[in-house]
Amino acid sequence: MDRVCVIGGGVIGSLYAGHLAGVAETSLLVRREEHALALEREGLRVSGKSDFVARVAATADPAELPEFDLGILATKATDLDAAASRLAGLAPGATLMTIQNGLGAEEIVRRHGDWPLVSAVTFMSGVRHGDAHVEYELDTETWMGPYDGGVSEERVEQVRALLESGGLRARTFPDLRPAQWSKLVFNATVNTVAALTDLPHVGQFAARDQPVDLGHLVHDLMEEGKRVAAAAGVELYEDPWEMNVLAVRRGETEAASGHYAHVPSMLEDVRSHRRTEVDFITGALVREAQRLGVAVPLHSAMYRLVRAREAGG
Amino acid sequence: MRVCVVGCGAVGSLFAAHLTQVEGVEVWAYDLDPRHVEAINRNGLRISGAGELEGRVRATTNAAELPACDFGIVATKSMHTDAAMAACASAFAGGAVCSVQNGAGNEELVAKHVAEVIRGTTFPAGHLAAPGHVVWDTKGDTHIGPFEPRPAPMEKVRALAEACTRGGMPTVALEDARGAQWRKLIFNAASNAIAAVTGLTHGRVAEPPTRELAWAIMGEGRSVADAQGIVLDRDPEELFDFAARKEVAYDHKPSMLQDVEARRATEIDFLNGAIVAFGDRHGVEAPLNRGLTAIVKGIERSWG
Repeated sequence: MDRVCVIGGGVIGSLYAGHLAGVAETSLLVRREEHALALEREGLRVSGKSDFVARVAATADPAELPEFDLGILATKATDLDAAASRLAGLAPGATLMTIQNGLGAEEIVRRHGDWPLVSAVTFMSGVRHGDAHVEYELDTETWMGPYDGGVSEERVEQVRALLESGGLRARTFPDLRPAQWSKLVFNATVNTVAALTDLPHVGQFAARDQPVDLGHLVHDLMEEGKRVAAAAGVELYEDPWEMNVLAVRRGETEAASGHYAHVPSMLEDVRSHRRTEVDFITGALVREAQRLGVAVPLHSAMYRLVRAREAGG
Repeated sequence: MRVCVVGCGAVGSLFAAHLTQVEGVEVWAYDLDPRHVEAINRNGLRISGAGELEGRVRATTNAAELPACDFGIVATKSMHTDAAMAACASAFAGGAVCSVQNGAGNEELVAKHVAEVIRGTTFPAGHLAAPGHVVWDTKGDTHIGPFEPRPAPMEKVRALAEACTRGGMPTVALEDARGAQWRKLIFNAASNAIAAVTGLTHGRVAEPPTRELAWAIMGEGRSVADAQGIVLDRDPEELFDFAARKEVAYDHKPSMLQDVEARRATEIDFLNGAIVAFGDRHGVEAPLNRGLTAIVKGIERSWG
């Protein structure tokens, strides 16, 4: 059985660590000593779609980490470089999995060691209620595939099986890029529109009745993104516009029962005056577009506006 | 000459008070703020700041009290143009009405209610300090000309320009005032929308990373102006950089940012939205202006 280390004790990292603790020897590397102490003292409570308290070996010191076979890098994209540098020289035989939004996470980790890498994206979401309590909100899948031929498909299957045995949902792909790009185009659009309008991901994102309805902008941004994917030779796994329509429809059904209005992470960051992941999401898309010679005037505009909003807001 | 200012906020008050300084001009004001109207009727209309003056203006909240006027000067926020003109149209049955509002599309609304319309663009700005008292922040010129589909005769345009100028509001009468209007529209659309979305002052909007975006937004505005055969009187980009100087308006929060911060409806439909609408009519795409219009409307929706 795999020994697992989750790097990053935010919402997503806590969800992985909490669920996997029931089926594997699980450690969690966090940034703050108090965070580790709270987890050691109280255990990690997961509520919402799951409900349990898990025992995880938490530490803020990479030197104290037990041996592990699978490392899940679950930091924000903005913190990944620093997190990966803390693993340099550790766990030489381990498989590492990146789950960051946007593009380029694997290359960042690669700079700090030659671990075999699994590319992943996750659609899970949750709410942090404290150092030792996270609420599991959207119990959606983690999608994964081998990065750059460095791991076998069997190894990726083992990771999927482990996640599923822990109560999470997962799916494997021989090549993750079609799925990764679907999510990139979706996120580059939905996150920036939400961050700039202060709207959660609601029905207006799919409205196209009036000429200046928000859905036109969402649609046009996604069309630009699809042109970049096509130029990169990636055939998208899902159509981002259909993902958008389905998500807002599901959101409205759940909102009617008083539960759900999904606040995209970039909007959360803007509201909390934190640095956003825009460089890794829209920035990555714009850089790819430049490299491939595709014009993306709308995404360039959104990128500049979010960057300016971080500075001014 | 009898003139009625429709919407006696900061800009309307500047015109009203200055026109009282001209012999032979009787000035009325129609405004919906009862405290402002009462203060004007009790103490007169006072201007301080860039100039000091006081004028006797007859103000009312009731359009039925307005006498027949030779001229109207419309200075409401753009989204109130239609309702304000519907209320006081009968006072202008024999007169000409001039818009000095922001953006484009106001004259079209005025023309729904009166026969003789004057297109106008004004740069002076101020703010209401107290009922009956406006602080004049910025001096500047006004350009007016006949509104082509329902034009006021040129001699009326000249008469109004002369009265404003003699009162202390320098005003130029032009056969075609569209070039001046679109220069200010293009400038305003870029500055206001970016500021409203990012929270930046005008001077910071003129710096990276938004500078290039501002220029692209102005470029779309230019294409829409070109398609209508409008020749800009000067470059909006030059105005943008001039306004960004420390000693001019670097720290100024454009009005749409002030509206967003106060959660008031914005004039987006008459700025970027107007560029989109005129572009649609003339077969010119303005995707950045369209996108910013959608974002600002999204911000307005986020207030619930």
